[in-house]
Amino acid sequence: MKIEVRGLTKQFGLVQAVSGVSFTVKEGELLGLLGPSGSGKTTVLRLIAGLETPSGGEIYIDGTRVNDLSVQDRNIGFVFQHYALFKHLTVFENIAFGLKIKKWKPADIEQRVAELLRLMSLNALENRYPHQLSGGQRQRVAIARSLAPRPSVLLLDEPFGAVDAKVRQELREWLIRLHDRLNVTSLFVTHDQEEAMEVSGRIIVFSKGKLEQIGSPAEVYEEPATEFVARFIGAMNILEGQVMNGVVKIGSLQFPASDICDHVRVQVGFRPYYVKVSEDPQRYRQPATLRHIYFLGVAYRLEIETEEGLILRSRMNKEEFRQYSFEVGQPVSFAVTHFRFLPQDGMSFPSSSASSQLDAGPLTP
Amino acid sequence: MMRRLLIGSVWSYFALLLIGPILYLAVQSFDEGIAAYWREVTKPEALHGFALTFEITAIVLAVNLSFGSITALVLVRQQFAGRTILSGLIDLPFSVSPVIAGFMLILLFGPETILGTFFGTLGVKVLFAMPAMVLATLFATFPFVVRELTPLLQTIGTDAEEAARTLGANEWQVFLKVTLPMLKWGFVYGATLTVARAIGEFGAVLVVSGNILLVTQTATLHIYQSYVDFNYVGANAVALTLLAVSFAILTVLELAKAKAAATLV
Repeated sequence: MKIEVRGLTKQFGLVQAVSGVSFTVKEGELLGLLGPSGSGKTTVLRLIAGLETPSGGEIYIDGTRVNDLSVQDRNIGFVFQHYALFKHLTVFENIAFGLKIKKWKPADIEQRVAELLRLMSLNALENRYPHQLSGGQRQRVAIARSLAPRPSVLLLDEPFGAVDAKVRQELREWLIRLHDRLNVTSLFVTHDQEEAMEVSGRIIVFSKGKLEQIGSPAEVYEEPATEFVARFIGAMNILEGQVMNGVVKIGSLQFPASDICDHVRVQVGFRPYYVKVSEDPQRYRQPATLRHIYFLGVAYRLEIETEEGLILRSRMNKEEFRQYSFEVGQPVSFAVTHFRFLPQDGMSFPSSSASSQLDAGPLTP
Repeated sequence: MMRRLLIGSVWSYFALLLIGPILYLAVQSFDEGIAAYWREVTKPEALHGFALTFEITAIVLAVNLSFGSITALVLVRQQFAGRTILSGLIDLPFSVSPVIAGFMLILLFGPETILGTFFGTLGVKVLFAMPAMVLATLFATFPFVVRELTPLLQTIGTDAEEAARTLGANEWQVFLKVTLPMLKWGFVYGATLTVARAIGEFGAVLVVSGNILLVTQTATLHIYQSYVDFNYVGANAVALTLLAVSFAILTVLELAKAKAAATLV
């Protein structure tokens, strides 16, 4: 089922939780709603579900306007962060709840529940009560329960927020496999960008009730459309400067900006792995001091301080790190090989030169 | 050493305040033999007292369970002006002496008042009859069910109810299939406290009932009457019986609680 949201707004008293959000969810898509707390992502989800009424705007599910349709009649499945299982009912009864409400025949209910128990690997647990299950099992029951009445849309509100990291990873993979198999249009809310990127086909980034960007994980990561998205997704070094004679000079760093007019204040962003660092002070052009080394498992993060006191982050993989023998406090040299100018509110940027490459060698003065 | 001192003092406290008096009560009840005990407990005045107490308790329980749950739901789930004040008022019976409560009812329903004459014309006797006694006992017991349900409702939250709605349940179904079952123990505890308090109600009922023998004399009033008439065996016998009933109710509750405790986690 396709979902379309147009100009959606929601106010709680004086608080504007959602402002003018519009997007379309394709049939069978798995879409992630990503953003920090208070960004409005959960409110948007609940508006689509019918658990909240919009202050303005329209919601269409499969072409039908559902603004005035109650949550009971929208045929959606909803999974809550804290499971919301019926504590006084067994696993079987929990999953069968929606089917009993819809007055399915007992034999059909048996069959459907058995099907879901198998699908979610919950066999042999059907007579247990929620308090006898682990966090991961409880969430799988919650998902099974929401899928039982064959909803046209599946909505998940931070579904893996209440379980520990290992289980979260397993559940993520569950969701992906489940979605591949069932192909139900699904929207899920998360504040974890890694999760959003791993699970979603497309991501919508929210901030302060507004839609910042919608795109594939790669698009959102490589080509952030706004400053907020650039800062929120992945780590980013961001420096501010002014364009003079077609170049932005920040300290001893120079960033060519031939497409931008002089005197414009810009923000330059570059990812940590585009900051090359070496022990050899002659290897790269810029001098700095190594302030901190972080071990990240798959890579190392280095924090360096430039002569002007700017702190930059660099990321290098283990093989590269082991070529050197870095020590905190050591003088190093660095270079920035890729950067982009970040679009700012109210400014238009030429779309062509969104990111530029820099020579790692000495620049012509 | 300190530990033994503490445990010892707790036991002494209980012995002095509770166990001692109860044992004395039991001994005194059988002071003139079992036959005397039985005679006192089965004489018409006593039996009428028991029946009246039972009747009032049953009515009060039914009213408190229904209105108490509605009050709790409104208090927790609705936002309205004066909510904090209402919440504070719920605890009023704990700070007002039952005698004063009884007196308030006299003032409200007395023969010269609006309400008194209104009911008088309808032929309904409020004071010195059942209605006033029920009202007096209601005043003393209404916090219990509300106070048991309110924190429970807050802890449970609305998630499960919302989940039920997403699965197609209408408001009635949500209430019956999800809200009520989750509140089960709140009702049980609230009912137990209500019954215990209603059985023991004395001051307010004494004032509004007029203590009319074989008409408005509850079990507790009968105990008082017997004591005033120097019938100590009678007083102790009925008191012991009431105590045994309360104790039995509490024991049943504890057993049920022990059996079902795990399922609430």
